[in-house]
Amino acid sequence: MSGSVTKTTQTPPAVPAAGAVDTVSRGRHRRGRRRLAVVVVLSVLIVAAFAVTLMFGRTFHPPADVVRVVLGQDVPGASFTVGRLRLPRAALAVVAGLCFGLGGVTFQTMLRNPLASPDIIGISAGAGAAATFAIVVLSLEGAGVSVFAIVVGLAVAVLVYLLAYRNGVSGGRLVLIGIGIAAMLESVTAHILDRAAEWDLQEALRWLTGSLNGTTWDEVVPVVIAVAVLAPVLLSRAGDLETLRLGDDTASALGVRVDRTRLVLIVTAVGLIAFATAAAGPIAFVAFLSGPIAARLVGPGGSLLVPAALVGALLVLVADFAGQFLFGVRYPVGVVTGVLGAPYLVYLIVRTHRAGGSL
Amino acid sequence: MTTAHSLLVEGLTLGYQDRVVIESLDLTVPPGRITAIVGANACGKSTLLRAMSRLLSPRAGHVLLDGKRVHRMPSKEVARTLGLLPQSPIAPEGIAVSDLVGRGRHPHQGRFARWSREDDEAVAAALEATGTLELADRSVDELSGGQRQRVWIAMALAQRTDLLLLDEPTTFLDVSHQVEVLDLLTDLNRTLGTTIVMVLHDLNLAARYADHLIALADGRLHAEGDPARVLTPETVEAVFGLRSRIITDPVSGRPLMLPIGRHHDTAPAA
Ligand SMILES: Nc1ncnc2c1ncn2[C@@H]1O[C@H](COP(=O)(O)OP(=O)(O)OP(=O)(O)O)[C@@H](O)[C@H]1O
Ligand SMILES: [Mg+2]
Repeated sequence: MSGSVTKTTQTPPAVPAAGAVDTVSRGRHRRGRRRLAVVVVLSVLIVAAFAVTLMFGRTFHPPADVVRVVLGQDVPGASFTVGRLRLPRAALAVVAGLCFGLGGVTFQTMLRNPLASPDIIGISAGAGAAATFAIVVLSLEGAGVSVFAIVVGLAVAVLVYLLAYRNGVSGGRLVLIGIGIAAMLESVTAHILDRAAEWDLQEALRWLTGSLNGTTWDEVVPVVIAVAVLAPVLLSRAGDLETLRLGDDTASALGVRVDRTRLVLIVTAVGLIAFATAAAGPIAFVAFLSGPIAARLVGPGGSLLVPAALVGALLVLVADFAGQFLFGVRYPVGVVTGVLGAPYLVYLIVRTHRAGGSL
Repeated sequence: MTTAHSLLVEGLTLGYQDRVVIESLDLTVPPGRITAIVGANACGKSTLLRAMSRLLSPRAGHVLLDGKRVHRMPSKEVARTLGLLPQSPIAPEGIAVSDLVGRGRHPHQGRFARWSREDDEAVAAALEATGTLELADRSVDELSGGQRQRVWIAMALAQRTDLLLLDEPTTFLDVSHQVEVLDLLTDLNRTLGTTIVMVLHDLNLAARYADHLIALADGRLHAEGDPARVLTPETVEAVFGLRSRIITDPVSGRPLMLPIGRHHDTAPAA
């Protein structure tokens, strides 16, 4: 037999040509720089949009006044409009957008399917149905509604996951099951609304379309806490998430504990979505759109978590501002994002259908 | 460590739902050698490899890596010692070749790991070895099947494990790339002492490149050992249900299997 060497240490690096290492590290840096540029530009745009939202409205407040209000000083005339009305509203737009962006892109990446976003596969529909039920049938208010919606949203996520589980989870199966569940839940919601009293109907509709009208700090704080606690958990799993994209087998061969990682990712992502939904309603398609938009901007390379979160925040901020002031009538933010998202949903379905229905 | 890692399975029974695929299998992978597993479609080769790399839990028996049960070891620790190239890995959309190969560094990185010079070197060496360096910045979904297969091999190489399991590493490759990949694995084995276990469908390439040949039939070990001893007309008949003749390969001196179909039998079978 050929004399093979039986010497093994921690494999010594086979030294590649210097040019090869340069090629690899230059490519990586180039992609990293593009990603960084996208993150910086998005952050700047968010700050700008935030500032515009605080200054403009039915009355204009100059930047100096706005800054003073933000710093906590009392500015006659501006303190109420900017401090009480606009500031919490804009803050909720940003944090809810972050939540939707993060939650959506986590699901889409983990399940390798752009349709596998929580707002498509029934999680938002579950939270919405629960909220409606809580308002109309149980006559709950405020935090009670939110808690109920969050619990049901999580339960729907678990249910869809379990129904789709067969030796692991395939994105396609999960999407189909999720869309089915979403349709069921929406008909439940419609049925409940059918017998709702006038006042309840108003309240429930706000829950179903997604709106930032009349936001107070009480609604903003829980979402801020959710982001502060859950976003770092997701970010710490960014490498695992990227590796999961290569399929369950490859990922576990690379040392990812697939089932446990997926559980952590699902609970964290659903948590983010649910908290944001509890405060602002299921702002249509933000979770669904943020990831693909971020992917376009960033190009190949690296985790999409941060870029998608920023896209989500920017989307909600801009859509809310546009809904309030760009048209003759005031539209809730969810209507604006819904109009933006629907064509993309149709496009995706047509595309997967053309590609042989491999979903 | 100065000795190669040991990998063996004892009384291993594997299956899916209610069907048993491998039944009480005992097997020792010769350390520092190249082992090829051959067998008919669906006989359980991939299942065995998946269990050896802890992707599938055994019904009974266990897989021992350096005397420890792999299914009880931390996953990253296993992944630093033992690499697996699955039979049909999933290539995600919109990922650059060198980033994909860089995923092979995952078991070597911490949770918030910074990319190190060593990672870059491992990726560059793997790309170079598989002839995919010029594809480094291309997107994986725009590659041909053979290019993609070489990129996957590069990813497994970038993992830099002392044990490497490969499930049909030569699928999609043209004949020259098949030989190139097998030569590359041989280099790895000769220079670094990497233990290689691979599933191959080409019996002649298996006999040529393997030090140790394992023939599986219906989830059982049919024969194992020196290819010259294992690759016989009887084995081929028993494992594949195929009549054949074995001659000596004039190039390598290893056995060469010539299948006898129903139309080309000019000499009486051995
Ligand atoms: N995930 C699974 N669920 C259920 N049965 C499976 C699964 N994977 C494989 N099997 C079955 O187990 C048996 C062995 O499959 P395996 O993939 O190990 O075969 P193989 O020897 O690698 O075949 P091939 O040469 O075609 O790759 C087959 O009958 C197959 O149908
Ligand atoms: Mg197989």
